[in-house]
Amino acid sequence: MIITKKKTIEDITASLEGKKSVYLFGCNSCAEQCKTGGAEELKSMTETLTDKGFKVTGSSLVDETCYTQLVKREFRKVDAVKKSDAVLVLSCGAGVKCVADEAEDIGDGTQTIVPALDSMFLSSVERVGRFFEGCSLCGECVLDKTAGICPHTDCPKGLLNGPCGGVDEGKCEVMLDNDCAWVRIYTRLKAQGRLELMEEIASPKDYSTTTRPRNVLLR
Amino acid sequence: MSKLRETLEAGKFAVTAEICPPRGTDVADFIEKARLLKDKLVAANVTDNQRAVMRLSSFAASVLLLKEGVEPVFQMTCRDRNRIAIQSDLIGASVLGIENVLALTGDHVSFGDHREAKPVFDLDAVQLTATIKTLNDGHNLKGKELRGATNFFIGAVVAPGTIPFEPEWIRFKKKISAGARFFQTQAVYDMDGFKRFFERAEGLDVKILAGILLLKSAKMAEYLNKNVPGVDVPQSLIDELTAAPDQLEKGIEIAARQVKALRGYCHGAHIMAISQEASVPKILELS
Repeated sequence: MIITKKKTIEDITASLEGKKSVYLFGCNSCAEQCKTGGAEELKSMTETLTDKGFKVTGSSLVDETCYTQLVKREFRKVDAVKKSDAVLVLSCGAGVKCVADEAEDIGDGTQTIVPALDSMFLSSVERVGRFFEGCSLCGECVLDKTAGICPHTDCPKGLLNGPCGGVDEGKCEVMLDNDCAWVRIYTRLKAQGRLELMEEIASPKDYSTTTRPRNVLLR
Repeated sequence: MSKLRETLEAGKFAVTAEICPPRGTDVADFIEKARLLKDKLVAANVTDNQRAVMRLSSFAASVLLLKEGVEPVFQMTCRDRNRIAIQSDLIGASVLGIENVLALTGDHVSFGDHREAKPVFDLDAVQLTATIKTLNDGHNLKGKELRGATNFFIGAVVAPGTIPFEPEWIRFKKKISAGARFFQTQAVYDMDGFKRFFERAEGLDVKILAGILLLKSAKMAEYLNKNVPGVDVPQSLIDELTAAPDQLEKGIEIAARQVKALRGYCHGAHIMAISQEASVPKILELS
């Protein structure tokens, strides 16, 4: 799941400055679960913007705002979208991108598209409302060698060959509440009788797999 | 050949100390410290934006030391450069006459004065050590032959007081297989604990310089215990400092005592006298 957080209303109204009518997009997937862009948030954003003097022309709660076809359908179906001065998107950046592309494609390309959220990370979910970064999407998974604990994600320095000198009684010196990723990897590999994996020198990571923007075409 | 290498390989006790470059172009103090330490040390380490606080580069400051006739240990961290810049700077350092390099991971930017900066860590300290070895062997990281190899005496760091120690020990051995020939340690105060580490490392064919961090006051000792991982100043030393009429003098005496104890068995000492470099000659006289 993609974790998002709300921008401040001051930031949002600053981006909407000079616009009179605003249409809202929410996302019924990740942003709904993060409580940043579901039905409730669309309702409260409508009220807030109305209070601030904007005309909210309507809102769409798309199942997945990052899905171009679903966004396209809203642009075709709902006249108010195209007629508003601005569109405020309560989803991750991938959703904002889809809305902006369709605004150009189906609309006249003059609308201002404004993100209401900041996109944070790809998460593992401990329980409702408790999210931890689960994967850095680095393009070269090493979890087989690190007992399922990611050194790219769980070590603030992304070290590949063991802990830095900052381990303090097993704790990370950067994220003080966290156990050091490499001490955890060591403990798990030791318990599994696979410490030799940690003794091998890991080569520098291949960053050519992460040249942006990435894309996939299934055939 | 590097004097540091020569001294260590001859089995002589080597003393190094750390000098921190200034924040700005006024290098008068830095040069003064270099002159003060010139004949007292085998080599002087130049820190690389230590604690992630931006200063004059360790590369340029190392060259300044060379001009003063002081042999530098060029400290290089992985925090601020990618592998292209690292190799390029290493070749540059070699061309300008720098012979010792100390490979470190580097403190995270979140400790420093530019906390919004992007932390690089394209390589880690083990990979950086292996990179220096590769350049020494006449190749770049892609296996392409260099027109002229480097000839660095390769150093790395180890923290003998880390808890738990085994992961650190594994990384220490990896640094050795990657090409590190000498080690400077994190500050040690538990001299018995250090000796056990030293004895365990015997047979690994590397030279070890114990890190001696000058205690300027009891307050500093308490600060270190609270804030610096792997550093544990025993209460007896804190009491000794507290009872002293001049705590800095006492700190100098303690450091000298530690260096003296090391002379008996260790390969050398690395003195860190943060902003008190002027005290280093005295520590050495007393040791």
